[in-house]
Amino acid sequence: MARSSTSKDAQDLFHSLRSAYLSTPTNLKIIDLYVCFAVFTALIQVAYMALVGSFPFNSFLSGVLSCIGTAVLAVCLRIQVNKENKEFKDLAPERAFADFVLCNLVLHLVIINFLG
Amino acid sequence: MMAGGNVRFLVLILAVAICGAASVFQPISDSHRSAALDVFVPVDGSYKSLEEAYEALKTLEILGIDKKSDLSSKTCENVVKVLQSSSSTLKDAFYALNVNGILKCKIGEAGPKDIVSQLQAGVKDAKLLLDFYYSVRGLVLAKEQFPGTDISLGDAEAIFRSIKSLSQSDGRWRYSSNNPESSTFAAGLAYETLAGVILLAPSEFDPSLIQSVKTGILKLSDSIQKYDDGTFYFDEKSVDASQGPISTTASVIRGLTSFAASESTGLNLPGDKIVGLAKFFLGVGIPGDAKDFFNQIDALACLEDNKFSVPLILSLPSTAISLTKKEPLKVKVSTVLGSKAPALSVKLTQALSSKSVDSSVINNQELKFDADSATYFLDSFPKNFDIGKYTFVFKIVLDESAHEKVYITEAQTKVPIAATGAISIENAEIAVLDSDIGSVESQKKLDLTKDGAVSLSANHLQKLRLSFQLTTPLGNAFKPHQAFFKLKHESQVEHIFLVKTSGKKSELVLDFLGLVEKLYYLSGKYEIQLTIGDASMENSLLSNIGHIELDLPERPEKATRPPLQSTEPYSRYGPKAEISHIFRIPEKLPAKQLSLVFLGVIVLPFIGFLIGLTRLGVNIKSFPSSTGSAISALLFHCGIGAVLLLYVLFWLKLDLFTTLKALSLLGVFLLFVGHRTLSQLASASNKLKSA
Repeated sequence: MARSSTSKDAQDLFHSLRSAYLSTPTNLKIIDLYVCFAVFTALIQVAYMALVGSFPFNSFLSGVLSCIGTAVLAVCLRIQVNKENKEFKDLAPERAFADFVLCNLVLHLVIINFLG
Repeated sequence: MMAGGNVRFLVLILAVAICGAASVFQPISDSHRSAALDVFVPVDGSYKSLEEAYEALKTLEILGIDKKSDLSSKTCENVVKVLQSSSSTLKDAFYALNVNGILKCKIGEAGPKDIVSQLQAGVKDAKLLLDFYYSVRGLVLAKEQFPGTDISLGDAEAIFRSIKSLSQSDGRWRYSSNNPESSTFAAGLAYETLAGVILLAPSEFDPSLIQSVKTGILKLSDSIQKYDDGTFYFDEKSVDASQGPISTTASVIRGLTSFAASESTGLNLPGDKIVGLAKFFLGVGIPGDAKDFFNQIDALACLEDNKFSVPLILSLPSTAISLTKKEPLKVKVSTVLGSKAPALSVKLTQALSSKSVDSSVINNQELKFDADSATYFLDSFPKNFDIGKYTFVFKIVLDESAHEKVYITEAQTKVPIAATGAISIENAEIAVLDSDIGSVESQKKLDLTKDGAVSLSANHLQKLRLSFQLTTPLGNAFKPHQAFFKLKHESQVEHIFLVKTSGKKSELVLDFLGLVEKLYYLSGKYEIQLTIGDASMENSLLSNIGHIELDLPERPEKATRPPLQSTEPYSRYGPKAEISHIFRIPEKLPAKQLSLVFLGVIVLPFIGFLIGLTRLGVNIKSFPSSTGSAISALLFHCGIGAVLLLYVLFWLKLDLFTTLKALSLLGVFLLFVGHRTLSQLASASNKLKSA
């Protein structure tokens, strides 16, 4: 009985989360998808390094940090664009997006320099 | 013949070079004459140009070598062709006339008039220094060679002034009025040209003009340069000049002598400098280059042929005096080209020893003259004239009687002399000593003049002592350059020790206790060899004294082994062992297929991203439709794409600085365009919100 209740609770939790998520605006879902994409790419790179060894260590670091960095910037963008956040009420989303683009370009300049 | 000639040539250059280093200058001799035949070789019976033909023929003429018959036909053909054509350049006409002066070709009746009128027209139209030079000097040559024709210069003063206008205040000359660069070589050409103008002028010149040229000569002679051995020369100021010191100095000497001849005055240079210039050319030795050879011989001939300052050179066939052979020291005095000198006497004013520079061993000794060989010699040396290095100071005193020419000599000539003699070696003995007490265990007297068969034995606790005394013929102490003591083991391992000399005694003490490691702990029979040598020692020796049995302790583990002695004595000059370099092992790279597989796997999340986007229903509906905003939006996306492309190029081949430069430009553009697009988007969404 307990087992079924826990599994039913888990299922209910999952359903409620899912329905809550479905109601989020599309642009936030795009950003979430982008973050997932970046993190997955990083994980694949780590798996490759685990397999073949970290010989050009700077290249490995540059690849992984590029993914993580862009994911972090995307998360910041999401926070700033989300209308439910009271702190960033006055900030126009286009401004946040411009910041995101600028920070990404700077990050990738450094990454490419470090790539070797 | 050619190969033999080349070998002779090289040997002569070496011999003269060595003499040159001792700052004894030899006049032009037969070695120069034979070298000239090898240097001035025409190709296929004729020379490449009239300039080269003139240089070769003039040099051979000055040296007194007659080779005219071989070359005259073809060269004369060229000369006649140039002199009869109406379109030859001034330079060709000038050199053709020069060659004609030596070969005396048959020109024909009409030839001279044409060429003279051509040269006169050249003088009138001349603006550059070289045009003046060729035309004026050409007219001077034509006047000598064709005495019938009438050669006049027209307005000689105007020509003089226009040549003078190209001069600079420091005595140098410019080649043209456009080119501000001045050259000493050009000054030489200019003085020759001015001398030619003076010769051809119908009447006397204004003395102030001549005086201004003379002051120019004085200024130019201020720029004369000097080497340490007392030679003087002229050189160009700029580093990348086309003329070296030999051609520049020769050009200046030609100019000064022709100007002096036209004015019937002396060379206007102090006597030391004239002899210094002569010594500069003699110090060149035998040049290998035809142009240098011509310049050397021509300049020396100019110095010898002028009436007012003919330099005399003091030379020594040998600068070594042997006290055992008792031969006299010979000195020769001649002109630079090797001709006879006038009546004079040579005095040896001082003989300074290298050991005591202040006092002189010989003072004011006059040398005797041998008329048969035309040499001056000194056959008696004072009693205290010991072996060693000396500097002899000679002085030439010309006889008071009137000569045809005015000769000049140096104030004094310093010559390094080496006196050699036989050194006596006395009290040579070798002994084996007990180290602590110093008592002699065995002692043998040596006769170093012949090989001995001394047999000694020692162990590692004893010492070996070698001593001898070296004295000069006069009984003074003598320190040789080389005093080597060599021990050679049966296995061909050699050790060399230096014998130290202090005062009259020379001694070497070998303490075997300290030398055990150096001798590689090798016991056995060692041969003893002694070498004594010096530059002023006529009886240098290398004698095998005998052998010594050395008893040394056993070699410990860590001691160095003796080097392997090969049987072939010259194998040390053979190829060495090959060195194998150890390079860093490159890192192990993963297999190619694995890397490619992962390349494919990496792309998967991106595809997943795109699929997710389509599932979310992403659209570009809010892409602005009006043209202005559409263009800025498009440019915004293109700008971002361009920046990313720049990053790819940066990774592939650019460096950081060019990337940053391009990035700054793109960044400014992107900023501007992005601001426009996003502000338009923001205003559009505001409108939607308010509406």
